Amino acid sequence: MQTTQNVNQWFKAAKVEDFPKNGGACVKYKDQQIAVFNFSRRGEWYACQNMCPHKKEMALARGMIGESENEPKVACPFHKKAFSLQSGENINGEEEAVTTYPVKVEDGYVYIGLS
Amino acid sequence: MTSNTVSDSQKKHIVIVGNGMVGYKFCEKLLKKNDKGDFRITIFGEETRPAYDRVHLSAYFEDSSEEDLQLAPIEWYKENGIELHTGELITELDRDNQTVTSQKGRTVSYDKLILATGSSAFVPPIPGVEKKGVFVYRTIEDLDAITNYAKKASKAAVIGGGLLGLEAAKSAMDLGLETSVIEFAPRLMPRQLDEIGAQALKSALEDFNLEILLNKNTKQIAGNGTPEYLDFADGERLDADMVIISAGIRPRDELAKKADLEVGERGGIVVNDRMETNDPNIFAIGESALHRGMIYGLVAPGYEMADVVVENLTGGDEEFTEFDMSTKLKLVGVDVASFGDAFGETEENSKKVIIDNKAKGVYKRINISEDGKRLLGGMLVGDADDYNMLLQIAKNGFSLPPDPIDLIIGERDGETGAGQKVYDFPDDSIICSCESVTKGEICSLIEEEGMEDIDSIKGCTKAGTGCSGCVPMLDDLITQSMKARGKEVRKVICEHFDYTRQELYDLIKVKEIHTYDELLDEHGTGNGCEKCKPAVASLLASAFNEHVLKDRDTIQDTNDRFLANIQRGGTYSVIPRVPGGEITPDKLITIGQLAKKYGLYTKITGGQRINMMGARVDQLPNIWEELIEAGFESGHAYGKALRTVKSCVGSTWCRYGLHESVSFAIEIEERYRGLRAPHKLKGGVSGCVRECAEAQAKDFGIIATEEGWNLFVCGNGGTNPQHARLLATDLDEETLIKYLDRFLMFYIKTAEHLNRTSTWLNKMDGGLDYLKKVVVEDSLGIGEELEQEMQQLINVYACEWTEVVNDPELRKRFTHFVNSEDADPSLKFKDYREQKVPAPAGWEKDSK
Repeated sequence: MQTTQNVNQWFKAAKVEDFPKNGGACVKYKDQQIAVFNFSRRGEWYACQNMCPHKKEMALARGMIGESENEPKVACPFHKKAFSLQSGENINGEEEAVTTYPVKVEDGYVYIGLS
Repeated sequence: MTSNTVSDSQKKHIVIVGNGMVGYKFCEKLLKKNDKGDFRITIFGEETRPAYDRVHLSAYFEDSSEEDLQLAPIEWYKENGIELHTGELITELDRDNQTVTSQKGRTVSYDKLILATGSSAFVPPIPGVEKKGVFVYRTIEDLDAITNYAKKASKAAVIGGGLLGLEAAKSAMDLGLETSVIEFAPRLMPRQLDEIGAQALKSALEDFNLEILLNKNTKQIAGNGTPEYLDFADGERLDADMVIISAGIRPRDELAKKADLEVGERGGIVVNDRMETNDPNIFAIGESALHRGMIYGLVAPGYEMADVVVENLTGGDEEFTEFDMSTKLKLVGVDVASFGDAFGETEENSKKVIIDNKAKGVYKRINISEDGKRLLGGMLVGDADDYNMLLQIAKNGFSLPPDPIDLIIGERDGETGAGQKVYDFPDDSIICSCESVTKGEICSLIEEEGMEDIDSIKGCTKAGTGCSGCVPMLDDLITQSMKARGKEVRKVICEHFDYTRQELYDLIKVKEIHTYDELLDEHGTGNGCEKCKPAVASLLASAFNEHVLKDRDTIQDTNDRFLANIQRGGTYSVIPRVPGGEITPDKLITIGQLAKKYGLYTKITGGQRINMMGARVDQLPNIWEELIEAGFESGHAYGKALRTVKSCVGSTWCRYGLHESVSFAIEIEERYRGLRAPHKLKGGVSGCVRECAEAQAKDFGIIATEEGWNLFVCGNGGTNPQHARLLATDLDEETLIKYLDRFLMFYIKTAEHLNRTSTWLNKMDGGLDYLKKVVVEDSLGIGEELEQEMQQLINVYACEWTEVVNDPELRKRFTHFVNSEDADPSLKFKDYREQKVPAPAGWEKDSK
């Protein structure tokens, strides 16, 4: 579960308008890839690892977001494995959970919370 | 720890030897009865992997990965408190001290011991079996070894024509080897099929290019170190450079024997009806157990035995008696089933009813009682769709129709009665025989719990999770049960839209809704998901044919979102349109130069085009810019849209050709290019009946006749190949295009999302006759409307890649990172036959 309590550093990723509405984009932080989602219909931002645990593809940022019973999720474009954007759990299977990160928006910029 | 749980030392320790399918099932069943925590479970497996699905082993060669075959991941054992030791063979059993010891020296004591040691492949003592290149077919390791060896082999011989032998033969064929099956008996599967049935199976298998040799006694496997040929007792010889032996199984009873448990003369651990060995603390289940003189080589009886032991350990008193060996399988591609009294031997004067349709390669036999009132059993070859139905009728003693042949005559155009029949079954009839789930249990979930989709029923009862043969019956039960309660049966898109696809299409058209958000706000709930987004995206495209990325890129499936097909490793493929498969040398050179420039792998597609693979997302717009410059346009290979119209060379060149198929194919392809539909669409045009364009395997196929063109519709290749059906004959080109407009538009408007034309037709009330009435006779009076709607879509067509290339805003989205120009550093490639192919880390295990 993402929480802002343990954040040591807020990484300034990109401008708000660089992210598609109701979709995702991939942020490079050092040698990490982090998928950031602008769920504008809910007025919420989420972030998780870009790698799908199923086939280890760097793909979640290109996945479709949505919700099932109000839980926000992203579905990997490869095999539609869906992960909760809140807990990171795999909703429709038994894949490992993905790491999620807190996100904040300030002065038109998107920041990812790193612990 | 709370007071009502049992402390570890009080728990009974159940030790299972053997982590195969039956050992695993035993754990699963015991856990369900272990809610008080009375038991502690330890399981040993000799193989390094946890239990996997041996029944579908040959699927490992196709698409499944190792983990798809896995019955449960290692974490499952942990989460359920099961101590799992893989790669540890139990070598000692001390019955006096109640301990077992592994070859690694680990000793554990047990309260109850379950031997689920399974079987090994029986290798007959033929000279030459020790050669490198002779394999058995049993484990994933065997399959890996076979796969590796097959790379340098060309001809495989499979010794043994039983179920497993035919599975092995399929695997060898899938590896590209010419394959022969060698059977000692005078016919295939003598236990399940009669002579005509076995002959029908043999012919069907031969149609798949599998050679079947009967009455063959192998004398030796000859060759210098590796196999070169086989010699038979009759003096004949067969060339083969790889041999797979599948001549039966041997129960693994060595541990039991060593510990002085009673074993059968020809192997197998002797058990009573409670599955107890002669030591009351030791049980045996699965293929290692010898019950009333019988070894059961199928998984279903093994599961039943597991059930019996679990009951007996948890205070019940269960007995394993005779087991129904009815079974349905797909062998190489041929359906085979036998059920109940397959040979009509149990009752005197029973009568058989036979359909022997040699033209279609179908053989069906049922045995009915002398008075014609009860079905005793039967066998099916080539078409086993009726299996579940017949099995239930036989098991439950249902009354038969006046002419029992109606039971096996199959579905005819416009008649679908099967669903109603399932609903009429009594409540205690078993629907899922793998998991023993009754019709009553399923119907109560539907009626009382309100479960109306197959997935929830599967999740709740496990029905349909085994061989999945009962899934159509589950679907029928849901539909019929809902209908019976006057509840409308509607296939709604998902939780966000309480509408069918057809209803949404009408809403979009009538209210002129052009965006997903508008549709969701006005007619849906919540914020959407990966089911409704692409479905609506497809509907919007079918309704207005506007650009799929403008204001709607994030509702597209990934292939449509980047106008290219995503491939292993995360790169994309590029396929420009080549109408009718006709291409100039200059254009070929352009493709070659581009592929070289960007380092792309090239391959000819099945649709007469050229695929350039391995393009990074950031390279896509640049590649397309150059392609468009050279006169190409998008091929829509990434879309649920018209793909290609394949053609033969036509009368311009071909000495047999009646009409100019290439020109007509180009005209048709350019007419419908970019047309988005519920699923992909493919067409074909052949210049004569020789049908070199394979038009009858397409969604629409056009074949020249002396008088004009015949139009076929609703065919497809893929998972369930289906021949196209003749819609109209001897048409002129204008009429043909009119019918095609109507047909395609009717499909687009009325099919469910992701249903190909064949599935759509199969589900259509009234079938082909009805479709003919709508399209040819215009019985609904919508012909002209359909033609106009099609014309509107054609009028607004534009190449979507050209628009992206010329639009800087759209182009900006084609990057891997939002905050860096870098390409994805995780992309990895390797050299492969002078080209590059992806080498992604996560797929290593199952890559071929």
